[in-house]
Amino acid sequence: MTLLKNLAVTVLVGIVLLILSYRIGSFHDYELAEVAAYVTAVGGLTMLVGISGQISIGHGAFMFIGAYVAALLLQHLRWPIYLLIIAAAAACAVAGGIVGLAAARLRGPYLAGATLMLAVALPEIAGRYQGVFGGDQGLDINVTVPSALGANFQLTQWLAWVTCLAALITLFLLANLVNSRVGRSWRAVRDDEIAASLSGLNVARLQILAFVVSAACAGVGGALLAIVLANVSPGTFTLTLSIALLTAAVLGGLGSLAGALWGTLLFVFLPGYLTNVAQSHGLNSSASSSVPIAAYGVVLIVVMLVFPAGIQGAVRRLLGIAAPAAGAPLTVLRRQAAALDPKEKSTTTLVGTAPPEKGKGTR
Amino acid sequence: MQEFLEFTLGGVSQGMVYAAIALSLVLIWRGTRVLNYSQGAMAMFTTYVALIVINHTHNYWLGFVVAIASGLVLGAVVERGVIRPTTRRPPLNAVIVTIGLLILIEGLAGIIYGGSFRSFPPGYSVRGFNIGHVALGISPEGLYTTIAVLLAAAGLALVFRYTAVGLRLRATAFNPDVARLLGVRTGRVLTLGWALAGAFGALAGVLVSPTTFLYPNSTDLIFVLGFTAAVIGGLESPLGAVIGGLVLGVLLNYVSGYLGSDLVDPAGLVALVAVLMLRPGGLFSMSTVRRV
Repeated sequence: MTLLKNLAVTVLVGIVLLILSYRIGSFHDYELAEVAAYVTAVGGLTMLVGISGQISIGHGAFMFIGAYVAALLLQHLRWPIYLLIIAAAAACAVAGGIVGLAAARLRGPYLAGATLMLAVALPEIAGRYQGVFGGDQGLDINVTVPSALGANFQLTQWLAWVTCLAALITLFLLANLVNSRVGRSWRAVRDDEIAASLSGLNVARLQILAFVVSAACAGVGGALLAIVLANVSPGTFTLTLSIALLTAAVLGGLGSLAGALWGTLLFVFLPGYLTNVAQSHGLNSSASSSVPIAAYGVVLIVVMLVFPAGIQGAVRRLLGIAAPAAGAPLTVLRRQAAALDPKEKSTTTLVGTAPPEKGKGTR
Repeated sequence: MQEFLEFTLGGVSQGMVYAAIALSLVLIWRGTRVLNYSQGAMAMFTTYVALIVINHTHNYWLGFVVAIASGLVLGAVVERGVIRPTTRRPPLNAVIVTIGLLILIEGLAGIIYGGSFRSFPPGYSVRGFNIGHVALGISPEGLYTTIAVLLAAAGLALVFRYTAVGLRLRATAFNPDVARLLGVRTGRVLTLGWALAGAFGALAGVLVSPTTFLYPNSTDLIFVLGFTAAVIGGLESPLGAVIGGLVLGVLLNYVSGYLGSDLVDPAGLVALVAVLMLRPGGLFSMSTVRRV
C-alpha cells in the first residue's frame, strides 16, 4: 500500500511541477532546478541522520564528488545526462562505502570529525590540481536542450525538468527504502544498537549501507547542481555547504523526507532574502553575505534546543497525526523519558529498556 | 641529516598548536562527553578580539592576555548557554548544537570583521635560527609557540594533580554522579572545564594566526588537524593529546618537506582515517570498551 501511495504522490507532484515549469518563467525555473538538486542531497542526509542515527557533516564533499564526476565525464566522454547522473551516484556510493566502512567502527563524535575532515580537505585538494580539476576556476559543464523540443525551448525549463525528474525518482526510491525492512532495521539500530544486534541484525552492514545510499543521493544532488550552475568549482562545495545541508535536514525535521523539502526551500530562498535585508540595513556586501551563515547557526541551535522534531514535527502536531517512527528525535526523546521515569516504561520501544546515559542523566 | 633536523624542529612547533587544540577538545570530552566542533571557531573569534586590542594598543602581550581571558569567558558562556540544555537529550543533539555554534561564530566574525584576510603579528621574530650556515628550521616564534603550549599543558597537569579544583575536575570526569554525591558542584566544574578549554583554544589561535592569516574560516583546517591529534592521543588523555599533536606536526612537516606542501592536507586526511580504522581508541589504548 505504501508503495502505491508513494507512487501516486510522486506522479502527482511530477504533474504539478510539469505544469508549474510552463507557468513560472525562466528565472523561477532555475530556482526550481536548484531546489530539486539540493532536496536530493538533503533527503539522503536526513535519512542518514534521522533514520540510521549516524551523522555526517561532509555531505558537501559527496556532492562535490558527484559534481566533478559528472563534469569530467561530460567534458571528456560526452555522456548523456542520465548516464552522468547514474555515474555520479555510483561514484558517490563507492565513496560513501569507504566512509561508511570507517563509520561503522566509529561512534558519533569520531564519525562527525572524519566527515568534517572530508568536507574541509576535498575542495582544498581539487583547488590545487589545475590540470584535471581546473583549479579554483573549476570546470564548465554545458548541457543543451535536445533538438526534439524545438529551437525555442528554454534551457532553464529543460534543466528544471531534468532535475525535478531525477529528484522525484531518487526521493521515491528513498521513501520506499525507509518504509521497507531495511528502513525498519535502520531505526532499530538507531534506537539501540545492542538490542538490534541481539535481534540478529548486522549492525555494521546496515550502517555502511545507510552511508552508501545517503552518499549516492548526495552524488545525484551534486551532479544536478553542476548541471544547473553550468560550472563546478571548489568554492561551491565548502564546509558551509555541508553544514547548510545539515541545517536544512534539521530544520525540516530529521528523518522526514517531506521535512527535507521544507528545509531545502528555506535554505534556497532565505539566504538571498536575509542578505537583502542586511544590505538594506546598511551592512556592506561582505558582511551581509555572512548573515545567512550566522542564521544557519542560530537555526541549528534553536531547533535542537527548542523543537528537535523540526518543521515536519510541527506540521504533524497541527494535523493531529501521532508522530510515526520517522520522527527520529521524538522517539529517542520518548525512550529517554521512559527510561528516566519508571511509571512510563510501557512506552519504551524495542527490546528492553535503555538505561539512562551514565554520567549524563544527573548533574 | 640537516634537512631532517630542520623538518623535525619545524614540525615540533607546528605540532604544539595542534596539541593545544587537542587539549581543549580532551578537556571538554572528559567532562561532558561532547566533542566541541566549534573549538576552532571560538579560537578564531578570540584571536580577532586580540587583534583589535593589539591594533589599538600596539602591545602584543595585552592582546595575548585579552585573548586568553575572552577564551575563558566564551567557553563558560557556551557551556551555560547552549550545551547545558542538551544534557538530557540524545548525544546527536549536542553534536548538532556545537556544529551550529561553529557556523554561527564564523558567520558573526564575517558580519563584524568582514571576510578579508588579516595578518596577525607574531610575538617574536619569525626568522629562523641558524648555527653557522645550518638552518635549524625553528624561529624564535616557533620556540615561543612550543614553550607556551608546553608550559600551559604542564600548568594544567599540575592543577589537575595537586589542587582541590583539579581533584574535582578529575572526579567529575571520572564519575559525575558519585562526584555529585560527594559534594562536588559538578555543574560549576563542567563550566570551568569548558572555560579552560576555551582558554587553550584561544592560545592556539594566537599562536597559529601569524602563519595562517586571520579570516572567518581560518581555523577550519587547524581544528580538523587538532581533532586528528586528539584522536591519535585517544580523546581521553591530556598527555596523549600533546603527544598526538607532536606526532602529527612532525609527520606532516616531513610530508611537506620531502614530498611537497601540496600533500599536507591529504596526508592529514590519510592519518586520521588510518588511526580511526586501525586504532579507533587512539594509539595508546589497550582495549576499547563501548559504553552501553
